[in-house]
Amino acid sequence: MADQLAIGSRRGLKPALPLLLPAYLWLTVAIFLPLSAMVFFSFMTDLPLAGKEWSFTLGNYAAFFSQSLYSTLLFASLRLGLEVTLWCVVIGYPAAYVLAKVLKGRSREAIFLLVILPFWSNGLVRIFSWAMVLREGGILDTALNAVLPFKINIDLMYSYPAVIIGLVHSYVPYMVLTCYLTLQAIDDSLIEAGRSLGASRRQVLWRVIIPLSMPGLIAGSALIFVPVVGSFMEPRILGGRTGTFYGTVIEDQFVAVFNWPLGAALSFILLAVVLIILALAAPVLRRAG
Amino acid sequence: MAGVQVANVSRSFGAHKALDNVSIDFADGGFYALLGPSGSGKTTLLRQIAGFDFPDAGRIAIGGESVERVPVEKRRIGMVFQNYALFPNMSVADNVAFGLSVRGEPKATIATEVQRALDLVQLGKLGGRKPHQLSGGQRQRVALARAIVTKPRVLLLDEPLGALDKALRVDMQIELKRIQREIGITTIFVTHDQEEALTMSDRIGILRDGRLVQEGPPEEIYDRPQSEFAATFLGDANIFRGDATGSGIKLPDGTTIAASTGASVPAGAKASCAVRPERIRISTGAAKPDPANANMLTGQVSKRIFAGNNSTYFVDRDGQTLKVIVQNTGAERLAEGQPVVLSWSPDSTVLIAAA
Ligand SMILES: Nc1ncnc2c1ncn2[C@@H]1O[C@H](COP(=O)(O)OP(=O)(O)OP(=O)(O)O)[C@@H](O)[C@H]1O
Ligand SMILES: [Mg+2]
Repeated sequence: MADQLAIGSRRGLKPALPLLLPAYLWLTVAIFLPLSAMVFFSFMTDLPLAGKEWSFTLGNYAAFFSQSLYSTLLFASLRLGLEVTLWCVVIGYPAAYVLAKVLKGRSREAIFLLVILPFWSNGLVRIFSWAMVLREGGILDTALNAVLPFKINIDLMYSYPAVIIGLVHSYVPYMVLTCYLTLQAIDDSLIEAGRSLGASRRQVLWRVIIPLSMPGLIAGSALIFVPVVGSFMEPRILGGRTGTFYGTVIEDQFVAVFNWPLGAALSFILLAVVLIILALAAPVLRRAG
Repeated sequence: MAGVQVANVSRSFGAHKALDNVSIDFADGGFYALLGPSGSGKTTLLRQIAGFDFPDAGRIAIGGESVERVPVEKRRIGMVFQNYALFPNMSVADNVAFGLSVRGEPKATIATEVQRALDLVQLGKLGGRKPHQLSGGQRQRVALARAIVTKPRVLLLDEPLGALDKALRVDMQIELKRIQREIGITTIFVTHDQEEALTMSDRIGILRDGRLVQEGPPEEIYDRPQSEFAATFLGDANIFRGDATGSGIKLPDGTTIAASTGASVPAGAKASCAVRPERIRISTGAAKPDPANANMLTGQVSKRIFAGNNSTYFVDRDGQTLKVIVQNTGAERLAEGQPVVLSWSPDSTVLIAAA
């Protein structure tokens, strides 16, 4: 019986092979090859370009541990990732709740479009628009001073809050979408059942709705946390001098200093740290959900 | 425990009247079935009582106090939903404990109450399971335990047995009735199934297009329906239409049918008569006048359906097909095409005024 099943499934795979082949080819070319090239680079002393001398070394990885700057920046980036993820939860989850459970029909479509819009606009355009809003004498400063009776100086540009604002704006749609999908799947009768059992709206939210939307919150957080830790565009443009993070240092190695091996090694260290964090968080989050 | 009074309640969705001036008095401790075709407003009425939705007009009182301004969670009702609505992320015991725990009861009290409720629905050993590990009937019992553990004043059930197969359904009907008697809770039970309504409830209300058609004990509705709809919706009925004579009706072909129960209709007005299939006697041969079975018609058997303990005969007569149910007493069965005489008593004939 087991044999037959095995044969059956093998027979099932064969016709599927031509269909799977393009996908695997694409994965090999687009992800596996460049990535292994980077792994290779990370163990080299120099780029093998223009006939330069090079040899294998562990020095690029050692650099991370010998200079405290890198680990300090890594911690700053992890903190940035955590803060941005938290803000995305705080802003994105209520928005998703309203979209999924309160709005109906036309107004839902309209709000949905507003949420998705940042996705469709170019990242640079988005960041420079924030620069115009946040700088001294910019839109926010002018508007607030026009309304308030006293003079205040709003210059958020080139500061940590500016980086947070820019990143949250870029990434909050992920949280809204993943949470919207899980909230949508929660049957309204569960909410009514909770209320009929004597729970207030708030109790139903904390005991029924939020636990049931955990998968969406976790997926959204992972989708946001990982790229934010390695982000460089927002910190550089909106953070200015204060915007030096782990991601910007990596970018420097590739674009400015031209030390690809060090950049690659730093990237893989980041990847390892992020994977460890996700692995440690997984059981805790699973229990919460 | 408390009764529920629904007085002149109306609820519209746009131009559609889902409830139209409905008044029902649900007695304290009674088992009340709401019966009606799909879309007749049964769920809508239940939702008004629960407080999930609010009437446009009319008044609802629970235990004599108006609940107009009382939110769902303060109405102290228990509800069992058609899809059970168990919390999928919680164990069976946590589902049942939910109502007590949001109230802030001490842990020890919760544990004993939950165990008692689970024992009551005979699921004492399954407290640790998740809802998706239960069968349909078990889920339904968990939903019931969850609804009654908080000691609500009223239990609302929206077609709770709808998804179960026939055998399990009958088991659950008996169990539900047992539990209801044991805790003596006012119960309002929505169902599609007329047999379920007849066997389980003290009183039945029939809804149609948002209006209450008739309301009363099952025997009364079955024996004295006040409309053709009530007669045919609750049980089977043969309907004759004609002109009232004062003591019955006269059919268009001149035959008279005597009726001694039902409405009184002035002679000459349009009226109909309803006769239950099991009240009609079917015989072959010449018609003998019999004062006890004064109503007599002749016809021809067009079809017979054998159902074990009884047979249903379809008898054609003057363009109308009549239904007759005969107990299986071992007597000779009638063949299709055979001419027959149908007779029944005026006491079994209900006179109904034309709508
Ligand atoms: N929220 C709503 N919005 C618009 N129309 C509604 C709403 N709820 C119910 N209705 C309408 O009101 C009528 C009564 O609905 P209701 O759900 O009470 O029927 P029901 O008797 O429970 O039917 P069923 O036996 O199929 O459950 C239906 O025509 C339905 O379409
Ligand atoms: Mg319904």
